[in-house]
Amino acid sequence: MLTQGKAGEIFERIKKFSTAERVEVLFSGGKFALTRFANNTIHQNVAEENYTISVRTAFDGRTARATTNKFDDESLRRVVTASESLAKVQHRDPDLLPMPDAGEAAASAAKKTRQIPSRYFAGTAAITPELRADGVEKIVGIARKHNLTTAGIFSSSESVEGIFNSHNLSDWYTQTAADISVTMLAADSSGWQKANSPDVANLNPSNLAEIAAKKALDSAHPRQIPAGKYTVILEPAAVLDVVGFMFWDFGGMAILDQRSFLTDRIGTKLFGENINIWDDVAHPLQSGAPFDGEGMRRQTLPLVENGAVKRVVYARSTAERIRRSECKDKVGPIEATGHGFPLPNEMGEMPLNIVFAPPQNPQTVEQMIASTERGVLVTRLWYIREVEPYEKILTGMTRDGTFFVEDGRIEGGIRNFRFNESLIHMLSNVEAMSTPVRSSGEESFDMVAPAMKVGEFNFTEVTKF
Amino acid sequence: MNHVANWALNVATLRGATYADARIVAQRSRALGTKNGKVSSASDSESIGMSVRVIAEGAWGFAASDNLSRAAVEATAAHAVEIAHASARVKQHDVRLAPEKAVTAEWTTPHKIDPFGISVERNIDLLLKIDSQLRAVKGITLAETNLNFNREEQWFISSEGAGIHQTKYSTGAGYAAYAFAGNELQKRSYPNSYGGQWQNKGYELIEELTLVDNARRIAEEAVALHQADQCPEGMFDIILDSSQLGLQIHESVGHPIELDRVLGMEANFAGTSFLAIDKLRRLRYGSDLVNVVADARQEHGPGLGTFAFDDEGVAAQCTPVITNGLFTGYLSSRETAHTIDAERSGGTLRAEGWNRLPMIRMTNISLLPGEKPLTLEQLIAATDHGILMQTNRSWSIDDRRYNFQFGCEMGWEIKNGKRVRMLKNPSYSGITTEFWNSLDAICSRDQWTLWGTPNCGKGQPQQVMGTGHGAAPSRFRNIKVGSAFKGN
Repeated sequence: MLTQGKAGEIFERIKKFSTAERVEVLFSGGKFALTRFANNTIHQNVAEENYTISVRTAFDGRTARATTNKFDDESLRRVVTASESLAKVQHRDPDLLPMPDAGEAAASAAKKTRQIPSRYFAGTAAITPELRADGVEKIVGIARKHNLTTAGIFSSSESVEGIFNSHNLSDWYTQTAADISVTMLAADSSGWQKANSPDVANLNPSNLAEIAAKKALDSAHPRQIPAGKYTVILEPAAVLDVVGFMFWDFGGMAILDQRSFLTDRIGTKLFGENINIWDDVAHPLQSGAPFDGEGMRRQTLPLVENGAVKRVVYARSTAERIRRSECKDKVGPIEATGHGFPLPNEMGEMPLNIVFAPPQNPQTVEQMIASTERGVLVTRLWYIREVEPYEKILTGMTRDGTFFVEDGRIEGGIRNFRFNESLIHMLSNVEAMSTPVRSSGEESFDMVAPAMKVGEFNFTEVTKF
Repeated sequence: MNHVANWALNVATLRGATYADARIVAQRSRALGTKNGKVSSASDSESIGMSVRVIAEGAWGFAASDNLSRAAVEATAAHAVEIAHASARVKQHDVRLAPEKAVTAEWTTPHKIDPFGISVERNIDLLLKIDSQLRAVKGITLAETNLNFNREEQWFISSEGAGIHQTKYSTGAGYAAYAFAGNELQKRSYPNSYGGQWQNKGYELIEELTLVDNARRIAEEAVALHQADQCPEGMFDIILDSSQLGLQIHESVGHPIELDRVLGMEANFAGTSFLAIDKLRRLRYGSDLVNVVADARQEHGPGLGTFAFDDEGVAAQCTPVITNGLFTGYLSSRETAHTIDAERSGGTLRAEGWNRLPMIRMTNISLLPGEKPLTLEQLIAATDHGILMQTNRSWSIDDRRYNFQFGCEMGWEIKNGKRVRMLKNPSYSGITTEFWNSLDAICSRDQWTLWGTPNCGKGQPQQVMGTGHGAAPSRFRNIKVGSAFKGN
């Protein structure tokens, strides 16, 4: 693995090669392996090791970036020259700030509320192809026991992220991760489960496989019920995949660009009283580096309180720009929060460590089912896209375990629905929530999210299976 | 680079691989963009590395490294074999590769102007000129532009004796104008949404796209959408412009015909397909007018799916996918060809880069143009009542590729052969085969464009690939319109 010490040496070489006023270097990469299975067979099994260096140079209001995965002197000279050549020919941008120094980053660090837990686990880093095959064997064994076919992944990784700049700022982060995703297929039904953790000891392939298998078996012979508005019970993976689409709008740049659904709405009660959302990189169930693309420490922030959007996140330059803008009095607190993407970029910033606050009276999915007269239980959503940006209408499909609920009981599988649903409407109609858990889907980034029971969810069409 | 690849193949063979191939890939890319009068992105990147794909004990292994030293390459090859042995513990049968003649070849994307030879100043000036045209229109609140250039050089060597050196260029450009007012955000893009037009070409593509000339019109349309009527809900005849039809082909023909999906290999992520193997040469996919090919050959055009050889050394081919409405062909690989009794792979295996495993990907999946001369305006003139939909805004389809829904940036109601009013937020939905069977008119070759989709995602770990889709404006009868905005 690339170490902080080695990266520091590379940064010193890059500084010598550069003529720029300021230099920033991002390091990223690591070891990644993934065992993929389908039809009860391991059919793809891959491993890689790769590290990249991304060099940003700046000259009097001009900046640009160049990236390489080669660390020899010739390659470093080339990447520095490429970055400087791109930067020099640009028009001066008066909004471009000097790179932060160590003091500014330390001040931002002082605002974080608690220590980031270690997310590096030797057991995860030591996973071999044999150990992944062991896990897959267990999953396939459960599939065979139930006369099902299984497909999925078991992956593991060991990664680094680092930043150095010529204002003496440096930071470094190392993490491990493991993912297991299982689909169980029957003749006319399927079930799915996914989990991930920095510590592979937290993952139980057999348990995931049994739950996915039960969903496939219980949803066999799906019947068709008409599209319409239903009470839905969304499992956590379905919740995170759909709500993930709105957090791109929780950044200052999106407000400045007037492409955010929060434009003119910050401070207003947009969702139900029971919706409270934080961005918290230090949460024990979260993951990811505690610093942003310029090396500023990520602050822990309340984004939504009792249904009202309280604030958005800011990169340094976005905070400066919005203080001078006409909307400065309509956006809540303005300060660099440590959520910026590496510069230069179009998007500015976004919160990536979403944590839903626990509800006052958490309910399990089973309790939600028991209290539902007529509704739909959704395991997973798929191919979600934005249909209308200001009301945040999203479309997508249910998948891999969709059930009809009647009189407090699951009454078998149903054919999958297409939804067209406003996120504002959805989060205003949450009737119950579970205790939030670390959740992982395929359409959005991982979150600490609850299962939700939502009224009047808008299914517009039924598909063929 | 062949000697580097041979280090890998030698070690793989010595460790027990019955088949091995190595790819060394050097990628270079440049991305430039502006937003509201400023440069918003300016970046160059390069990535070089190698991978080894092996079969041992009848199972696959794959390993990749950014280190091209002899020791690292040999260790990577040994790791690939180790992984294959682990794979062999969970298998139903041995991997079978369809025979393929080992070829030695060189090929480069035909291009007139090396895009990396054009100065950054000239490119930024072009983007800022477009930006100023867009923002000159009152009501435009956000203007974004982009230029992208890619070069990928690959050396492919196999234990069967293949040695193929290919260099591919691709170029992309586009822009979007946004107008926010009241509680509504409207958008128009040119020449297509989500990055514009992309082709395997040099800088000559940028000159062909007439980017500046169209900027003011696009911005005016974005503002005008605020005054337009909401697209009605109901059953209508619709005409799709060629870019929207290109995406329709991608989602409802291109993905379902991927044989790995059909065989369940993508069931956990991208999904499966309704096109079970018993439907080959039996299913009436579309009306008699529907002829779709999967064509990676140079003569099809400079699509993002154009190459000389795929990433397991199989020559580019043209596969008839739908012939006069009948389903006639899948996208296949050496591993999957035998499942459809094909003697040879269809040549569609591609990888995103040196560190990714090649998998079945769309090449250029194109709807062939109508044989009789027919322009878009003539098609509109021949339509009593319908809706013309232009430029994609949203897209979604289920995991077996039956039910889809698309939203477009702009619509026009057609009455008695004339465009009578602009419509905002148009959308349509349907079931794949019902939709293609409702096609009753395709415009002719002079209206046909080979569009590039640069962002097709598939696989675990996910890979992003460019695909090509040729289409001419076409009419579909009695389609469900407007349910996306029925909303709450």
